[in-house]
Amino acid sequence: MIANFLKHEGNVLSNGFIFDIKKFAVHDGPGIRTTVFFKGCPLSCPWCHNPEGQSFSPEIMLVESRCTGCRECIPRCPEHAVSLANGSVRLDREKCTGCWECTAVCPTEALTVVGWKTTVKEIMAEVVRDILFYDESGGGVTLSGGEPLGQPEFLVELLQALRGQGIRTTLDTSGYALWDVVDEIRPLVGLFLYDLKLINDSAHRHYTDVSNGPILENLEKLSKHGSRIVVRVPVVPGISDTKDNMEGIARFVSSLPEKHPIDLLLYHRAGIDKYARLGKEYHLAETNSSTNDEIEAIAKMMDSYGLKVTIGGEPYVAFCADRATAQVESGDETLDLP
Amino acid sequence: MSLETKPWISPERAQLITQFYREDHKTVSAPICRALVFKHLLENKKIYIGDGEVIVGEKGPAPKAVPTYPELCCHSLEDLEILNSREKVSFAVSEETRRIYAEEIIPFWKGRSMRELIFSDMAKEWKDAFAAGVFTEFMEQRAPGHTVLDNKIYHQGMLDFKRRIEERIASLDYLNDPDAYDKKQELTAMGIAADALIRYAQRHAERARELAATERDPVRKRELKRIAEVCIHIPAYAPRDFWEAIQYYWFVHLGVTLELNTWDAFSPGRLDQHLYPFYQRGVADGTLTLTQAEELLQCLWIKFHNQPAPPKVGVTAEESATYTDFVTVDPGGLTPEGEDAVNELSYLILDVVEEMRLIQPNARIQVSKKNPDRFLKRAAEIIRTGFGQPSIFNADAIVQELLRQGKSIVDARCGGSSGCVETGAYGKESYILTGYFNMPKVLEITLNNRVDPRTGKRIGLETGDPRESTSFEELFSAYERQLNYFIDIKICGNNVIERLYAKYMPSPFLSILIDDCIETGKDYHVGGARYNSAYIQGVGLGTMTDSMTAIKYHVFDRKDLTMDELLATLESNFAGNEPLRQLLLNKTPKYGNDDDYADDIMKLLFDAYFNAIDGRPNTKGGHYRINLLPTTVHVYFGSVLGATPDGRQAGTPLSEGISPVQGADRRGPTATLKSAAKIDHLRTGGTLLNQKLTPKLLADSDGLDKFVKLVRTYFRLDGHHVQYNVIDAATLRAAQQSPEKYRDLIVRVAGYSDYFCNLSKALQDEIIARTDHDSF
Repeated sequence: MIANFLKHEGNVLSNGFIFDIKKFAVHDGPGIRTTVFFKGCPLSCPWCHNPEGQSFSPEIMLVESRCTGCRECIPRCPEHAVSLANGSVRLDREKCTGCWECTAVCPTEALTVVGWKTTVKEIMAEVVRDILFYDESGGGVTLSGGEPLGQPEFLVELLQALRGQGIRTTLDTSGYALWDVVDEIRPLVGLFLYDLKLINDSAHRHYTDVSNGPILENLEKLSKHGSRIVVRVPVVPGISDTKDNMEGIARFVSSLPEKHPIDLLLYHRAGIDKYARLGKEYHLAETNSSTNDEIEAIAKMMDSYGLKVTIGGEPYVAFCADRATAQVESGDETLDLP
Repeated sequence: MSLETKPWISPERAQLITQFYREDHKTVSAPICRALVFKHLLENKKIYIGDGEVIVGEKGPAPKAVPTYPELCCHSLEDLEILNSREKVSFAVSEETRRIYAEEIIPFWKGRSMRELIFSDMAKEWKDAFAAGVFTEFMEQRAPGHTVLDNKIYHQGMLDFKRRIEERIASLDYLNDPDAYDKKQELTAMGIAADALIRYAQRHAERARELAATERDPVRKRELKRIAEVCIHIPAYAPRDFWEAIQYYWFVHLGVTLELNTWDAFSPGRLDQHLYPFYQRGVADGTLTLTQAEELLQCLWIKFHNQPAPPKVGVTAEESATYTDFVTVDPGGLTPEGEDAVNELSYLILDVVEEMRLIQPNARIQVSKKNPDRFLKRAAEIIRTGFGQPSIFNADAIVQELLRQGKSIVDARCGGSSGCVETGAYGKESYILTGYFNMPKVLEITLNNRVDPRTGKRIGLETGDPRESTSFEELFSAYERQLNYFIDIKICGNNVIERLYAKYMPSPFLSILIDDCIETGKDYHVGGARYNSAYIQGVGLGTMTDSMTAIKYHVFDRKDLTMDELLATLESNFAGNEPLRQLLLNKTPKYGNDDDYADDIMKLLFDAYFNAIDGRPNTKGGHYRINLLPTTVHVYFGSVLGATPDGRQAGTPLSEGISPVQGADRRGPTATLKSAAKIDHLRTGGTLLNQKLTPKLLADSDGLDKFVKLVRTYFRLDGHHVQYNVIDAATLRAAQQSPEKYRDLIVRVAGYSDYFCNLSKALQDEIIARTDHDSF
């Protein structure tokens, strides 16, 4: 294990492409964690709250509220894509050729590049900084995205390096990849946070642009191999929250070779600002979060399939009570995870 | 007594003191004079027993009546008017009080108060630096007295102390000990003070009996009779039960804080350990229930709450604008044998803290690796209710800090933290805060080659034109010389002030309580304590680090900015150069992000400060130590400071404690804790770290567990202290807009919590600006 890590210390192998390293991540697996966000995802879910993780290319993020109108960026742009209107900078993304000059001079970080090339060594240097927090809390490193499986060689090397340091790993994934890739990383991943969005393949194709065939197949195989998995189900009103879809997912998960808990992820519009900052259109602006009753009904239904259900990581009973602003102790119902 | 009752100035103490001093006492020594003052006060002040009270005694003639200390600092009529009319932390001053001040108090004390003595004895350099805001002076209007009691009063009555005092007097060796006479004076004074406290309690017993005689409610009548019994037994004899133990502490507390305004934390300390034997015994023999114990503790809490801090004037009022008197209670930690000290009372005290929600006493917990997680988790449940308490201290680090300073292992384990975050050996140490020190101001004076740009005065050492510095090391060395220059000035001043207190304001009552004043026959202010430490509290480490980092990064490493350009921009307060300010704010390494570039500079600055101070002798046979805490002085220190190289605008607050500059920590709480842990806490006598978390973070059991581990990890890295404000910025802004709706909103300020609405606008803004780690 250590030998594996040393190998990476010595040589720069394949590059990775990431858009964030977030410390003190506490919703991405057990304990206190650091989450590394891989950039690029083969799916394009309209409810995605990390839209900057979708493209496999760097992008400019423009935060208008940070702009002080200092104009430093305007003369730097060779394509005249940057201008000032109403006191804030504007970016013509059609003209932008990605030289990033404007972001380099912007003093307020109103203009930044999302996504940078990195190496396993660089990431390791960053994530080991919090190793005592992982040790103390039973935490570790979560690889998320984007889709980490979208960069298989880099993912394997990073996982090996993490294991080499004795850091526990969680993979947050859509599961959309070739089985041989999943099979290779399987022994290196302590816990899969495995998204299951839509059980109906044509609906899946319609909303995410890809078939759910490989996703369901990989999940089944992982389960057969005894991997630890939490199935994460985004509850998006009008899209995934239908009775058919939720029951279909419950049926599928309960039929897997091993028992796996389900974590319902509440849809929220928290990502909406990011779409605007990336110059992307947000199609679910009118969609509201599910009500307590709706979520509780789904949780109860899944419960009836013998599934252990949590909502955003909390046991659903406590969740509902909490939302009703009652102070209920959730007890020690935390998942028994690696 | 409601929270709304406004504190008011009582002239009672000032009148009694003045009356005493007016008479001729020229034939007695200073210790005896002060003991007689104490006696006069306790024999003549009004005795107050409120309806339904079981724990009795007030500093003034009634709750929230605040005494004054004209022998130390005599308020002028203008001061009284400011106290009465200022918006925040005001004290009502009646017409009658003003008349008494105008006719009796002010005329007598003019030219006689300690404050005047001190200022008349300070050198010009000291006065210049003081006026420029390089440092403040704690002792200019309050007596040095920062200390916490150990367990000695729980097994010894005042008569026991007296017996020891008399034995000591009897054993004085006039043949061989040249100080024998002085010791006799001091010990005799202690004896007088012990009797005075006994008499003071008896007067309460007499009053209770009077009230009992006319009381018609049989339950209250019985209670009053019991109060009389209690006040006859203690403090003359050691307490026999839980009630007596608490009442005894309370009389001692009143005695210490009435003798001198030992503002700054005279505290009961480890109440959970001290009271536990009484609790166990009471429960075992059926004389005490859990509920009764809780009620008695609540009575003590109300007592503390009803004694606002004596009002300060001038700069001192700015450096710590608060009603709190920094009384602290700190359950948990270790026993003298080094074992887990958490007991049932530790949890009961936390229950009381949660129910009472008072700014004083200030609750903190001491957490050792030997204490269970459950204890820390229980504290976290209270922290999440959002009133900034309890703060969390690392008991194991405190033990190591004390050991490094030369304390015995048992004294170290029995110690803890008091005031804001100051480390001390409870009951055995005089650890005096002597003043805050404005580190960034020293940088400003260095960058201006000895001139204070605010006034144009040459107040510093000529360290050369920074434009001619060819390396960062050269500039740093100039800063270091400037720092040493001002620290020397500060210590010279302290050496005079300490002696003034030793000569004119001995403290015989406090000396009874602190080992080994009786054994050595020396006063607390003369070095009688077993350990004698003096502190200069460094302020603005974050601002300082980010400023030095910006200089190194832009001027010396990247060379994208010349020193000349930087200095010109600072002088103009960034006028017309906002992009540069933004660059300094956003694209420059900052302390608080676990970034070694900035953090390594922080370590250099820490070492420079430590080397300038630690180990230097004070006048009491002890040594100087450092700690890093601001109370609220970072606002004042910022107000006298121009723009700084970290992008901070002129006049705005400095960073506080060891916290990063407000908003500079952008990589979450673990990165901040990592940066803060790079300070060598074990070489300090306390550091203060604020973190702010949203309520969401602690919403469920899993969140609380993660919080516990977050703190545990910081402590594993030897972090001294951390405290959490659990409130969202929106709530604070709403409170600022409509203070009437948020009267009870308590926030962590520095080493203490205060009502948000009582804080100045500047401080409110600053608290809002503190990083909101909204990552849960």
